[in-house]
Amino acid sequence: MIDKSISIKEAVAHIPDGAVIAIGGFGVPGTPFCLINELVRQGQKELVLIKNDANEVNMGIDHLLQNGQVKKLITSHIGLNQNAVKMMNDNILEIEFSAQGILAERLRTAGAGLDGFLTDVGVDTKLSEGKAIIEFQGKKCLIEQPLKADFAFVHAHRADPFGNLIYAGTAQNFNPLMAMAADYVIAEVEETVCMGDLVPETIHTPGPFVDQLVILDELTEEYNVVQR
Amino acid sequence: MSSNVKERMIQRVACELKAGMKVNLGIGLPTQVINYIPKDLPVCLHSENGISGVGHILPYDEADRNLIDAGGGYVSRIPGTAFFDSAVSFAMVRRGRLDLTILGAFQIAQNGDLANWIIPGLFTPGAGGAIELAQKTQRVIIMTTHQDKHGRSKIVKECTLPLTASGCVNRIYTDMAVLDICAQGLVLKEIAQGLNVQDVIDATDAPLQIPTDNLPTF
Repeated sequence: MIDKSISIKEAVAHIPDGAVIAIGGFGVPGTPFCLINELVRQGQKELVLIKNDANEVNMGIDHLLQNGQVKKLITSHIGLNQNAVKMMNDNILEIEFSAQGILAERLRTAGAGLDGFLTDVGVDTKLSEGKAIIEFQGKKCLIEQPLKADFAFVHAHRADPFGNLIYAGTAQNFNPLMAMAADYVIAEVEETVCMGDLVPETIHTPGPFVDQLVILDELTEEYNVVQR
Repeated sequence: MSSNVKERMIQRVACELKAGMKVNLGIGLPTQVINYIPKDLPVCLHSENGISGVGHILPYDEADRNLIDAGGGYVSRIPGTAFFDSAVSFAMVRRGRLDLTILGAFQIAQNGDLANWIIPGLFTPGAGGAIELAQKTQRVIIMTTHQDKHGRSKIVKECTLPLTASGCVNRIYTDMAVLDICAQGLVLKEIAQGLNVQDVIDATDAPLQIPTDNLPTF
C-alpha cells in the first residue's frame, strides 16, 4: 500500500479560495491546530467551514475568523468563542446552526453516500425553518440534507503510512465523520507506525477515506490542557 | 440563590439517579450533581462529545488533554468507559438509550415545553446537543432558579422564547420547589425549607395544583 505522507505546506496548498472544509474536533481534543495554522499562514479566502464549535478566542479556527478568511461557518455551538458570536451579530460572518447530532448525522449521511434522512428532531424549533417537512408513518419529519465538504482536516493520535487512523480518548468526536464527508482528506497525526503495526480491529478511520498524511514533529501549546 | 439552598437543591436532584441508569448531565448547575452521587452507585454518565462512563473531574495537573466532557471539563476514565464518535453519541440519545437528562432552562411552560437555547438578540450561541437530549431522553428534569435575575418567573403558562422541544419536561427542581408536569398541569410536590405554599404561588406565573396533605421539604 502507498505511503501518503507529505509536508504540511504541500498538503494545505491543495486548498483553493472558496473551498468547503470540514474540520474535526470538539473543544481542544481532536482539533487539527497545525493544519489550521498552516491555512492561516497560506491565507486562502472565502472559505466555508464545517466544525462542531468555533474553538475559543485566539485558538484554532478563531485565527481563520479573525484573519477574515471565512465566509460561512456551519456549526452546532459557538458559545465559547465570543469573537465568533460578535462577528455573527455584526453580520460579518454567516452562521448556519444544526442540532449537534443532526450535524454529525448530516456529515455521516454524505460520508455514507446517501441523499438525506428523515427526523423529528427540532421539528418544533426555529431550526426547522427553511427545511421541507413531510408526514411519514404518522409523524411530522424534517428532511435533512447530507453535508458534504471539498476537504477535511482531521487530527489523529496514531496512523500507519496508508492513513489508517486511531484517535485518542474524546479526540475522536467529529473526526471520523469529517473524514467520511469530504472529497479530499488531510490527516495530521501525532505518531506513525510501520505498515502492519496497527491492530486492524482497533482502527477508527480506515485508510481508504484518507488522502494525505501530515506527521507532526511536535505539538504546539494549543494542544495542551487549557486552564480556564 | 444562597449557596445553602443551592447545595440542598443539588443534593435533592442527585436522588433522581438510581442504580443502572444512563444519564446525561447538562452544562452548568446540572454538572455539579456529579459531586453528590454516592461513590458506590452504579450509574453510567454520558457526555455528548463521545463518552459513556464519565469519571470525576480532574485537577489541571492530572488532566489528560484528550479527555473532556461536553462542557470542556477534564474528566477521568473509569472501569467501563467507552469512547465513540459524535454520530454514535447522538444515536444513543435519539434511540432513547438515556434514562435521564438534567438540563437548565430559561422558561418552562405548564405543558412541559422547554426554552433553554436562545434569547433573541441577547444569547444566540446555537443549540449544541440540547434539542436532541430534551426531545429524546426518557425522563427530562430541569434544574434552575425559580425566577430569572429580573425576578420574573421562569415557569410560565406559555413559553415566549423559542422552544428547545415541546412537551418534554417531566419534573422541575428550583431553589423554591419541586414541581411535576402532569396531564392536568403543574403539581407542587416539595417545597424548600423556610418557604410556604403562598411564596411559591406568588413566584410562579402559571397555575399550580396544591396537594391537600403536607408537602415534604428539601
